[in-house]
Amino acid sequence: MIAELFAISLAAILVENFVLVQFMGICPFLGVSKKVETALGMGIAVTFVMAISNLLTFIVDKYVLKAYGFEYLQTIVFILIIAALVQFVEMFLQKSLPTLYASLGIYLPLITTNCAVLGVAITAAEDSESVITAVWQGAMAGVGFLLAILLLAGIRERLDDEKYPKALRGFPIALITASLLAIAFLGFSGFTVG
Amino acid sequence: MNFMDILTPALIVGGIGLFFGALLAVAGIIFKVKKDERIPLIEETLPGANCGGCGYAGCSAYAEAVAAGEAHCDLCSVGGEAVASYIAEIMGEKSEFVKKFAFVGCEHGAADRYVYEGVQDCVYAAQLSGGPKSCTYGCIGLGNCVKVCPTAALSMVDGNPHVERDKCTGCGACMRACPRGLIRIVPEKAKLAVSCNSHDKGAVMRNTCPNGCIGCGKCERVCTNGAIKVVDNLAQIDYDKCVACGKCLESCPKKIIKYII
Repeated sequence: MIAELFAISLAAILVENFVLVQFMGICPFLGVSKKVETALGMGIAVTFVMAISNLLTFIVDKYVLKAYGFEYLQTIVFILIIAALVQFVEMFLQKSLPTLYASLGIYLPLITTNCAVLGVAITAAEDSESVITAVWQGAMAGVGFLLAILLLAGIRERLDDEKYPKALRGFPIALITASLLAIAFLGFSGFTVG
Repeated sequence: MNFMDILTPALIVGGIGLFFGALLAVAGIIFKVKKDERIPLIEETLPGANCGGCGYAGCSAYAEAVAAGEAHCDLCSVGGEAVASYIAEIMGEKSEFVKKFAFVGCEHGAADRYVYEGVQDCVYAAQLSGGPKSCTYGCIGLGNCVKVCPTAALSMVDGNPHVERDKCTGCGACMRACPRGLIRIVPEKAKLAVSCNSHDKGAVMRNTCPNGCIGCGKCERVCTNGAIKVVDNLAQIDYDKCVACGKCLESCPKKIIKYII
């Protein structure tokens, strides 16, 4: 069991990192990576949403959709669940962490349409055997997102103090940095456990 | 059978939607955030021009600052006294509104050094070898201030900006637009003003502009209230002390201190 969970984490965080290897969730990855602090908040919010949404989507998928032969409803039902969850997270943050809520801004409701969250839910629904592995896979995919966005935010924060051509300031250099990061993550491809 | 094929998935999706909707409704009550109800009231009172004259990003940002107790209720110079007293009423305070207006601190006496034929914009002109005028502090006269004035209180008279006090709301848009920073926002009680912006030394000033402050300090010596001071070769008036007696005006050899009514 532990070996299985370890294999899932290795795959979700590094080998099949949803952002840098599968290129999902690029919008918040680029949009909220200007500061490490907000990137951390965004990463934790996404991790939370991914873990909880995987729990719900897996249960609904296994005991409602698959049990009664409505697999074709998967996408729309998953989107519904994720949207409701994001709404809940938004309410929670606005109440308890207003500063983080303000700095995340429009990107928080955009988790709804973050395809990484949907991608993780669908992958887990197809691959996972039990609820535990599904939730674990969601949480680890979130950690992978957190790792990727923190790496980019850290680099972008340091780049601000550097001298480089004006034409590259802002998003151009962020895109170049992100692509170099993706190439670096390509080095993990082929890693397997057991 | 065919009918059920449509109905069941609709029920499933609808049921899940209802379930989560109910959950969210409960969560909405638990996580309700109290907002200051004075913010929309204040925002309604404000002119909504978003000029930024109060020093905040816009009318709504200013309304939030007032409601949070971070800003005075009399900062909106466009709305004037009426708005200030309304906001004070909402906040339960007394307003001490001071009407302000713009004053162009230049006598436009400097001669041209070269003929400027570039973009008709003060900022561009100022970047070309310090501007076309011999005085690098004075008015360039291309009218950036006139272009930004939201109330059309500024106009070009003989190539120099002129303020109509009736129309001026003191928002400060011209002050921020002037690359030379020679437009000042002065309180209404100001009777006198120094009509020069040059920090050049007297010897330099004599060569560049016949109407420039040479920093001789005569005004400072004759003022009995200590209201006028020469700082960095330029006379400056403290309006809290000035009684508009006019002694400085008589003593000024360049006649650049003048009544502004």
